[in-house]
Amino acid sequence: MNGAGLRAAGLVLPLAAFIAVTFALPLGTMLVRSVYDPTVAEAMPETLTRLGEWDGAGMPDEVVYSRAAAELARATEQGTLGQVASRINRVRSGLRSLLVRTPRQLRDSPAGPRREALLAIDERWGDPETWHAIRTAGDPLTARHYLHALDLDRARDGSIVQRPAEERVYLRLFARTFAVGLAVTVLCMLLGYPIAYLIAHASARNARWLLAFVLVPFWTSLLVRTTSWIVLLQTQGVVNDLLVTVGLVADDGRLALVHNMTGTLVAMTHILLPFMVLPLYSVMRGIPSRQMAAAASLGAGFFQAFRRVYWPQTVPGVGAGSLLVFILAIGYYITPALVGGQSGQLISNFIAYHMQTSLNWGLAGALGGILLASVAALYVVYDRVVGVEGIRLG
Amino acid sequence: MALLASRLGRIAYLMACGLVFVFLLAPLLVIVPLSFNAEPYFTFTEGMLRLDAEAFSFRWYRQVATDPVWRRALANSLLIGTAATLLATALGTLAAMGLTSRAMPVRRLATGLLISPMVAPLVISAAGMFFFYSALGLAQTHLGLILAHAALGTPFVVITVTATLSAFDRNLSRAAAGLGAGPWLTFRRVELPIIAPGVVSGALFAFAVSFDEVVVVLFMAGEAQRTIPRQMWAGVREQISPAILAVATFLIGFAVLLLWTVEWLRRRTRASAGYQPYAPAR
Repeated sequence: MNGAGLRAAGLVLPLAAFIAVTFALPLGTMLVRSVYDPTVAEAMPETLTRLGEWDGAGMPDEVVYSRAAAELARATEQGTLGQVASRINRVRSGLRSLLVRTPRQLRDSPAGPRREALLAIDERWGDPETWHAIRTAGDPLTARHYLHALDLDRARDGSIVQRPAEERVYLRLFARTFAVGLAVTVLCMLLGYPIAYLIAHASARNARWLLAFVLVPFWTSLLVRTTSWIVLLQTQGVVNDLLVTVGLVADDGRLALVHNMTGTLVAMTHILLPFMVLPLYSVMRGIPSRQMAAAASLGAGFFQAFRRVYWPQTVPGVGAGSLLVFILAIGYYITPALVGGQSGQLISNFIAYHMQTSLNWGLAGALGGILLASVAALYVVYDRVVGVEGIRLG
Repeated sequence: MALLASRLGRIAYLMACGLVFVFLLAPLLVIVPLSFNAEPYFTFTEGMLRLDAEAFSFRWYRQVATDPVWRRALANSLLIGTAATLLATALGTLAAMGLTSRAMPVRRLATGLLISPMVAPLVISAAGMFFFYSALGLAQTHLGLILAHAALGTPFVVITVTATLSAFDRNLSRAAAGLGAGPWLTFRRVELPIIAPGVVSGALFAFAVSFDEVVVVLFMAGEAQRTIPRQMWAGVREQISPAILAVATFLIGFAVLLLWTVEWLRRRTRASAGYQPYAPAR
């Protein structure tokens, strides 16, 4: 590398380092969490070593029981028992309460072999399934979360099987997210193309005003735009009032326009429309209106001239806008959370749910990993086709 | 006959465009008058439709302005936004200068890294930041949010300044160097004044990003760091009070101001870079 190259790299380095530490590294740890979770391995190392020698069929030997009793007691003292219990509970549900109350009950039980003491507390301690669950949860490296995110599970013999029908949630959710992304992209395209054309071929004075009409919503807070749609679309809102006044809808038959899929589609289309209009506009501006006139003078009707002359030249803009809208749409969180109700929730909403409510961080990481991989793949396509430098802001 | 058909087609087309513009603007325009509603409703009362002066009031604006919760939210938003903007603008401008240099090695990879905060879905970024910043003791602190928002804002600075620099005449830098100016003096006296409009636009973008950001705040902020969007989120989630509409109207005004400033700066950049002032191709 020569001196100029070094100087250029030196200018980029501070920001690259800043992004690496404040953004890329946090993202990385999130992804690591989806395949690596040492909670149980760290809390019960001795038990797990001994369990490794267990044949998996009958009951484990007394050494396993006494080590498990000791290590569960230690986890209670260190305050990690809750985490350990919920981690094991995810492998086999129903074990959380057993694990949480066992150390407390053990303290009051008489001395002697731990196996008898544990069996006296709950007969599930004699069930090989319980120990299988502990052994599985004890493996810090796991593909389980990714399998779960794809509605798959690992059977006892190691083969990969589909989850029971009532637990298959995520493939349908990914499908819904991509379908919403596609629908919003198509809607933005249908609404955006005509107005981009209008702005691109208007007089300078009109174009400035029309462009401002696109840019004001673009600059307005996302929450404001989402709130506006709630106010407009709710049952006692402006749109329903208008429909009732006009007589299209009876007062007791007001439409449910928000807190469902309709709300998500309307609000997201509104919010993402400028991202479609702006790239279309910059492409159309470069197409002289004379071309259409020339095509007409050669005998082409409007539709033929549009299809053969105008449209092919706008395809790069259509591609750029569609990719941008789709990439942004599949990652949307705030708008579906506020206007989506039950049926309008997307993958991001479930990631947030597993982060904040179910506290299944591994699964949140896996769902996030899949979403991120999709976005990254589309980004590479965007960069190849349009070039990141071509992004127009405002 | 053909003429009539094309006339009708043109009228239909203009009406369709009009509807799209209504779709774009109506939600925002409806909010503004409703924020002056004297009643706690989200629809136009009969009095409002008759333009009765008594049907309108500033009560929601008074309520927001005197509410300590909203005042603290504004203070937090301004503090976090300003600090994040300064950080993002300084780092982003330097990086853009490097990226536009023809000698820059691994440009594509570097651009990918620098743009990534803008592309990654916010929920994933926010979740990752929550874990990482918690481990460092930065969750539920102003500093943590400033760093996070700066990271999210830098791509916008990089993109705007890069765009401005692509129109910058490098011979000016060479001339300054030939006259004996070091890199810093050249930057301060020659390059910065010319690219300043791009830098300011980038800074405004970065500020707008922080001022509007709610996902990271949801994951990372404690009670003491609640910003305006976070407070709005709480308001919309629980029970929308018309007070929210007053805040929304304020934010719409703010957006118009930002947009106007950026457009003004854009026209200035074109003028100073020797371009014709903004005129769409005809």
